[in-house]
Amino acid sequence: MKMFRFIAAGLAAALSLTAIGSTAYAAGGGTKPPSHEWHHAGPFGTYDRHAIQRGFQVYQEICASCHALGQMSFRNLGQRGGPFEDGNFPNPNDNPIVMQIAASYQIMDGPNDDGDMFERAGIPADTYPSPFENEQQARASNGGAYPPDLSLIVRARGYGEDYIYGLLTGYHDAPEGYDLAPGQYYNDYFPGNAIAMAPPIMDDMITYADGTEATMEQMAEDVTVFLTWVGDPHMEARKQTGWMVLIYLFIFTIIVYLAYRQIWANVKH
Amino acid sequence: MSGPSTYEPKSGFTRWLDSRLPIIRLGWDSFVDFPTPRNLNYWWTFGGILAVFLVIQIVTGIILAMHYVPHELYAFDSVERIRRDVNYGWMIQSMHANGASFFFVAVYLHMFRGLYYGSYKAPREVLWILGVVIYLLMMATAFMGYVLPWGQMSYWGAIVITNLVAAVPFVGDAIREWLWGGFSVGQSTLNRFFSLHYLLPFIIAGVVGLHIWALHVPGNGNPVGLEARKGDDNKKDTLPFHPYYTVKDAFAILVYLMVFCVFVFFLPNVLGHADNFIEANPLSTPAHIVPEWYFLPFYAILRAVTFDIGPIDAKLGGVLAMFGAIAILFVLPWLDTSKVRSMRYRPLTRWFFGFFVVAALGLGWCGAKNPDDYVLGMTGFKFLYLGQFLTLYYFAYFLVILPVMGIVEKPKKRPASIEAAVLGTA
Amino acid sequence: MTEANGALGEDGQEPSRRDFIYIAAGGMAAVGGGLVVWPFIDQMNPAADTLALGSIRVDVSQLLPGSEMTVMWRGAPVFIRHRTEEEIAEARNVELSDLPDQDARNENAGMEGVPAIDANRVLRSEFLIVKGNCTHLGCVPTSQETNAGGEYDAWYCPCHGSHYDKSARIRRGPAPENLPVPDYFFETEAVVKLGLSDDESAIAGWTVA
Repeated sequence: MKMFRFIAAGLAAALSLTAIGSTAYAAGGGTKPPSHEWHHAGPFGTYDRHAIQRGFQVYQEICASCHALGQMSFRNLGQRGGPFEDGNFPNPNDNPIVMQIAASYQIMDGPNDDGDMFERAGIPADTYPSPFENEQQARASNGGAYPPDLSLIVRARGYGEDYIYGLLTGYHDAPEGYDLAPGQYYNDYFPGNAIAMAPPIMDDMITYADGTEATMEQMAEDVTVFLTWVGDPHMEARKQTGWMVLIYLFIFTIIVYLAYRQIWANVKH
Repeated sequence: MSGPSTYEPKSGFTRWLDSRLPIIRLGWDSFVDFPTPRNLNYWWTFGGILAVFLVIQIVTGIILAMHYVPHELYAFDSVERIRRDVNYGWMIQSMHANGASFFFVAVYLHMFRGLYYGSYKAPREVLWILGVVIYLLMMATAFMGYVLPWGQMSYWGAIVITNLVAAVPFVGDAIREWLWGGFSVGQSTLNRFFSLHYLLPFIIAGVVGLHIWALHVPGNGNPVGLEARKGDDNKKDTLPFHPYYTVKDAFAILVYLMVFCVFVFFLPNVLGHADNFIEANPLSTPAHIVPEWYFLPFYAILRAVTFDIGPIDAKLGGVLAMFGAIAILFVLPWLDTSKVRSMRYRPLTRWFFGFFVVAALGLGWCGAKNPDDYVLGMTGFKFLYLGQFLTLYYFAYFLVILPVMGIVEKPKKRPASIEAAVLGTA
Repeated sequence: MTEANGALGEDGQEPSRRDFIYIAAGGMAAVGGGLVVWPFIDQMNPAADTLALGSIRVDVSQLLPGSEMTVMWRGAPVFIRHRTEEEIAEARNVELSDLPDQDARNENAGMEGVPAIDANRVLRSEFLIVKGNCTHLGCVPTSQETNAGGEYDAWYCPCHGSHYDKSARIRRGPAPENLPVPDYFFETEAVVKLGLSDDESAIAGWTVA
């Protein structure tokens, strides 16, 4: 009995901790976006590999013209859990798809022996090139607004992937009486509703390599899954390890509990 | 309670060592044959749990320091590199970040245990005070550790907290500049916080040694609040620490580790703040600056003082209230006038204690909210007012309720001994 | 209240089950301890970003005969020299018995301990590729490119006076070994890959001459 009270107290404490955490920190302003069904949600969730591949295409062809992905290297695309993982190439550096993607970008390198910077084809170890040289240039090209780096965008927003999906699909005409400054757009889920990013995706903007129909919702979902993966590339390994650890701890705990009962069997306490 | 040592070295080497450095004897007397009240409940397992978490934090922290770069340009990226590229870095970083939270959960339960069962009363005042010292050191360590990832919350949290010292009259600005090593939180601040964050846990470990030493002089308290009897009756009131409490502690530690692992592996960022995944930017303040959850009650007390008190302005008043809320714990052993330790036998004070726990949680709630928001949507009832009321209760509990109740309350009848309590023959 | 002295085993239970529980608990603790230690050790091994640069590709098509380049690989220099016919002839016109170190020091799979004739040190005779740290104490030797190639007009270590020949073999001085040949192969006519996977080692084309 005492043990159950103790465990119940522990669980209650953990729950209230989570509650405090989420109420304290989710309050970042903005409307709560509707929750979406994600393949990677929950303790058993895994990434939808095809969605990541499609999402990468959306990022490459649409987002990358303004948003950097500074934490991602090309090799990440071929690493364990990545969209182009290939068992024949355990070292993502040798993965031909990854090499081909990397080589399709020009990377600034140098200085060479003459002291000049030069461009060369990308290699898997390179990070994804940023569309702008620095924040100032990015702002100057975007009417003063800074398109944030997307590497961690899902983890850096209160409602995570629901927010990103909601934002991408949440553009509307401003309601009657809402004053929008020039160069601003009305979005249901952006805090304050006035966002400087024009509606980025529209139906059939790109042609998916795998033939999936490129509706706006499909592209929004795919790119959100891709960005979730970029922000948390070890999620699958994390959950797998977590289950092994919990099963181990559970068995160990039962054995120790039996030892405890054994030792205390005839002791009044 | 610690009687003569029962350690008998068996081999030639242990006899030789025992006459030169009786370290095995110390371990034996402290953790094997140490007489421990036989009626300890699970609230007494948090000491062991805390020891485990101190070790987890030190080990994972040393590992993180092998990869972390304390530089304002590289700190954020170096933490990301740990999560992405370092082998098992995602796991070790998650253990360290969530370990801090679970360390504080355990320390709060440990402290409330002490408050409920009167563990701070004679002859355990020094034991209690050393515990408060550990708690203070933990807060300093956690605060500086939270700055290191150099995200938005790290940076702005550091700004807000270091600005508190500017409230000190006359020398406040000079102290703040000295803390910063510059004119704002920056490279120098980050680098020194890293140094101190690495140092303090070892000081904590040292004070923990003193804390255990101070525990082993009078021995453990217990739920009925009676001392174990001496002499022949001692055996009837106590059990040797090993194996009885080693196995019980081990069981509790494992249960606690299971909850910990749920967070480490399945909810690694729930206790953190989304804004800390944005790199520190001195030009843009987050919408709501909130400290980590374990500081929220004190943050609410800080913000509860919105008015000048005589010559003390509101800012200094808030800072004094916040530090006073911790400082008051140092003198608690002399504020509680009751001779009865355990709340079990204090029918009235027990209720005040219950409300004290509610007040502490409520202050945490206020700390997380904007003070001008309304509690549960009740127009006019701002979180500020709730925070002020609970702050008042927090101080009244120590300064009024405990001193007065000790005099006016009639305690319930207590059992004659621990043995009697265990056998139910009160 | 039978445990007056705290001893176990007076509770009348059959000892086998009790012992089993203790052994199981001890075993679980040992297994768990072992498993949890591994990540804490493995974290000190090279991280993914470091490993990503563990193998590099070098374009040698622009390297003219009689010239050389130095590339950084795994934090140390590698010399890549495009040798002329004369240099190759000179390197091959050496008796094995004249060499202080008669091991080819070739790190490719299947080339362990082969004799130090020039053919065992190159994949294509015109390209000599060797690690650029003197085998004595690790200094970087100077080269014939800057007219500082030493007695054999190839490489010379100025630290303690070690002379290497046209095949980068030690000939005179304190260095004990030839400059080692790293694992590499020609991915294409123009591209050398330094640092090979097991699969690549198998097809790299290294054979003992």
